[in-house]
Parts: sequence; C-alpha cells; structure tokens
Amino acid sequence: MGISSNTLINMEKIRKEQGLTWLRMINMIKNNTMENKIRRSISFVAPTIIPLLFIILWELFARKVGNNAILPQVTTVAKHFININADVIGIGSIPKNILYSLVRVFIGYILAIIAGLPLGLLMGYSRRVKGALNLFISLFQPVPAIAWRPLVLGWFGVMSVATIFDLDYGPTYAIMDNFKLSMIFLIFLSAFFPIWGNTMFGVSNVQQVLVESALVLGASKKDIFFHVLLPGAGPNIVNGLKSGLTAAWSCLVAAEMLPGSMSGLGYLISHAYELARMDLIVAGIICIGVIGALFDGIYSRISDKYFSWQRLVR
Amino acid sequence: MNNIVFKLNNIGKVYNENEKNELTVIKNLNLEIKENEFLCIVGPSGCGKSTLLRILAGLELPTEGEIYYRGKVLRKPTKDIGMVFQNYSLMPWLTVEENIALGLKFQNMPKERQKERVNEYLEMIGLTKFRYSKPYELSGGMQQRVAIARSLANNPDVLLMDEPFGALDAYTRIQLQKELLRIWEKYKKTIVFITHSVDEAVYLADRIILMSRNQGAIEVDIQVDIPRIRDRANPRYAELNQHLLDALEELNKGQ
Ligand SMILES: Nc1ncnc2c1ncn2[C@@H]1O[C@H](COP(=O)(O)OP(=O)(O)OP(=O)(O)O)[C@@H](O)[C@H]1O
Ligand SMILES: [Mg+2]
Repeated sequence: MGISSNTLINMEKIRKEQGLTWLRMINMIKNNTMENKIRRSISFVAPTIIPLLFIILWELFARKVGNNAILPQVTTVAKHFININADVIGIGSIPKNILYSLVRVFIGYILAIIAGLPLGLLMGYSRRVKGALNLFISLFQPVPAIAWRPLVLGWFGVMSVATIFDLDYGPTYAIMDNFKLSMIFLIFLSAFFPIWGNTMFGVSNVQQVLVESALVLGASKKDIFFHVLLPGAGPNIVNGLKSGLTAAWSCLVAAEMLPGSMSGLGYLISHAYELARMDLIVAGIICIGVIGALFDGIYSRISDKYFSWQRLVR
Repeated sequence: MNNIVFKLNNIGKVYNENEKNELTVIKNLNLEIKENEFLCIVGPSGCGKSTLLRILAGLELPTEGEIYYRGKVLRKPTKDIGMVFQNYSLMPWLTVEENIALGLKFQNMPKERQKERVNEYLEMIGLTKFRYSKPYELSGGMQQRVAIARSLANNPDVLLMDEPFGALDAYTRIQLQKELLRIWEKYKKTIVFITHSVDEAVYLADRIILMSRNQGAIEVDIQVDIPRIRDRANPRYAELNQHLLDALEELNKGQ
C-alpha cells in the first residue's frame, strides 16, 4: 500500500484538528477499510440467524398441528403487526395498549428512581444511615411486588391519576383513569429495589484508594461525593436502572393480567385467553419481549458509551 | 534554612483497639523531617511503613502521641501534603489531563490556569500525546507518571510516596527514579519515599531510616552524602548498600 507524503501531511493536519493521538487516528482508518465494513455487516446479520430459524421451525410445527387454538401460524400472528392499528377484541389497537402499559411503567419507574437513587447514594455513603435503614428495607426486598397487590388494592382502591387530580368526566378522564395508583405502586416497588440496591452497592464499593487519593488532593466531602463516589458508582447505578426497568416491565404485565385491569398488554393477553385467541396472545408476548429487549439495549448502549473504563480497569 | 516540616512525638498506632485482634504496629516513635529532605523508609514487610506514611498524610490518626505538620497538629489530609500510592490510584473514568487537573478542580482554580498547569506537567512527564487517553490505555509506568504529575500539579509542600515504583520493571523503575530526582531538584519538595529496595533508597535519599517489625522502631537513621547523580559503581554506594542489606537481614533474623 503506497501513501504519498501529501496524504500523510493531510492526515497529520486532520489529526491535529481533531486532537487525536496517532494511535486513535490509525484505529479510525483501520475501522473504515472494506474488509472491516464487511466484517461489521456480518456481525450485524449474525444475531438475526437464530430468530429466523426459530420462526421457520415455529411455522413448520404450526402447520403440522393445524390448530390455531394450540399454536397459531406465523402469518396469523404477523397479520396483527401488519394491520397494527386495527381494533382487537374490542379493547382498542395493540399500539394503544402498549402505550397504556408504557405510561404506567414510566410513572412507577420514575417514582422509583426519585426514591431509590438518592436513598441508595445516601446509604452507600454513610455507614450510619445504612446501619439504621438497611435491615428494614431488606425485609421487603424478597417479597415479589405482585404479592402486595391485595393490600395495595385495599389502600388505593380505584384511585387513579384522574381521581387524584380531580379531573372532570370526559375523554381525558377516561384516559387518565387507566393509570391506577395501585398498579403504579406495584411498579414502583418492583423497580425500587434493583435501583436502590445497585446504587448502594456501587457507592460503597468504590475503591478506597480512589477516595484517599482525592482526599490528599484536598477534596471536600462534597467533592468526594460528586467527583469520586458518584462517577465511581456510575456503572452499578446504570445497571440498577436497567434491572429496575426490566423488573418494572415484567411486573406490570403480570399485574395487568390479574382481574380488575381494563387495558394494557397484560390485559390484552388475558382477555385474548378468555376468547381463545392464541394468535393475539403470541402477538402480545412478542411485544412484551421486544419492548423489554429495547429497554435493555438502550441501557447497554449507555453502559458501553460512558462506562467502557469499567470493563477495562485492571 | 532547615525548617522542620514534620515532627512526630511519641507516636503510637494500635489497630482494632480493645478487640480480640488488637495489634500494636507503632509505639513511641519519634521523628523529625526537614524541609527539602529526601527521606527514604526501608523495612521488612508489615513493619508499619505504610501506616507511618498514612499518618503523615493525615489519612490515619495516631492512637497515641502527636504529629505536627509545620508546627500545627495534623488531623486530616490537606492539599499541602500530596501522596502517590503504589498503583491504580487514578480515577479510571477520567482522562489523563482530567486526572492531572483533579486537585486544581478541588481548589476551584480558574479553567484557563488549570489548563496551563496541566500542560506544564504533561510536558514534564512526557505524556502530552496521551492527554485524552484513559488510565487503562496506559502502561503501569505511564500511570505512575500521571499519578506523580497529579500530585505535583497541586503544588504540595510535601510529597509522600508509598512504593510508587514497586510494580514496575527494572528499566522503567530506573527511568522514573531519575525523573523523580530531577523533579525534586527543580521544585524543591520534601519527599518521604517508602521502598522495599535498598538500592532504590541509596540511589534516591538524603537520609534513610530502617524500621523494624518490633513496633516500628527506627533501627537505623543515616545520612547519605554520596554526591548526585549517584553512580551505582561508586564503591561508597556499594558499601552503603551492603551495610543496609546486612542490617535488614539482621532484623529479619530477629523475628
Ligand atoms: N487498617 C488496618 N487494620 C488492621 N490492621 C492493619 C491495618 N492496616 C495495616 N494493618 C496491619 O499493620 C501492620 C503494618 O502494616 P503496614 O501496611 O503499615 O506495613 P508495611 O510496612 O507497609 O508493609 P509492606 O511493606 O508489606 O507494605 C501489618 O501487620 C498489617 O496487617
Ligand atoms: Mg506498605
């Protein structure tokens, strides 16, 4: 491979402008070669092979069984995603039900972050606060959120976002009434523990030598917290946020499947079951899976982007 | 101008006091460290060298006696007493330049001046090219250079070093010893340096103290008056080296 001196000079100029080290520059050039492009597109295609095989096997079985009430064919399920805006079994379209589920999850999840993150930070930071609260909070941790449901229903009854904000009857009320406090509380509970626990673990596991090296540089308590403990715990915090969201999502679907629910993906599945609509159940399961995987993927990207240092620290 | 930087009066350190595993590491230790002194501390493993250094840093309080830093009782770490740890003490999430600027940030130095200072020290350690790298992208020797630069950028009065070159290969170690002497002469710091290596102590120090595992007692306290740059082939160098090795062996026998 021949490179003229002109190209080299130009490269050096670009390198300086971008403030790159030579090593980085060379790596960037390497990543852009044809061979690498092919390799990258292969690595892009590879993860789809097994799902494709799975779908083919599924279709073969379904044809063999020949009974939509036991195993629906791929096409019957796919129909739901093609006519995505069609009203299914009288409870609105699939996207509408997804939206209800998502809004429920996000309300509960954000409340869990608001409570779990500061509490985890504080308990990781102060041994005294941890000593005082840890046992109490840990008692609740092993209880699955769903187990609280009867109690929570008793407390909150039919209270919803619509009733607490005292909305007038009308279309807004009808929508907001879908967000029952009881359900939001369950989501809150299931997301809280992973967020709180991972944050606390992250803070209390920051290497002591890092804290001490900041202290000898003249760090105040506030500096230690914001410039050592918080970033040091970052990977664990993101991990907690990720597990919290996954937990919230699965809890929500389970909660929506219980009697008393009127919308959402979980309700869609349980209602489809009453009507023996296997195809809809499978469509619902696919939505749950895909959305859960998306949540996971977003956080994995954040981890890779901002916390690559963690895997590589020796 | 032989000002006293540290004065230790009958220092004692007991770990886990009043518990089953109580351990007296240091007892009745008296020590004075002068300004601009390059003091090396040598001693068998577990004799309390790190404990002593951590007391000097204010990271650990003595359980008995008093420690004075420039005439005042030392109670907690300060930016005037810098410390370089054995390894892995850089913030892994910060780049090299952010690590060097860390102490300056704690002091709320204006961004522009931080930048100047960081550039100066990057140049000093010869890592300007690596300013945007993260610590894990650097070799052990480079990381220690950054750790030293980070301490010095803060312009401390004293620099405490706990086996800073312990994890490095022989060649890098000798390079860094030379650099450290150059820095010490340029910036006129007081340095307290712990090492396992007698050779390293003889190469670097104005004064060497040898601690024993017998409650951290100072068994040897000598001035090294071999002119710098020291030549390892110099007979006096070899002689002192041997003398200290013998003393160390004597100590280990006594255990
Ligand atoms: N935080 C602590 N709690 C209890 N014991 C400790 C603590 N730190 C050190 N020790 C004990 O004090 C003694 C001296 O430890 P120190 O680290 O000061 O030794 P050292 O001379 O630096 O050894 P080395 O050369 O191996 O680094 C050891 O017996 C050690 O087990
Ligand atoms: Mg030690």
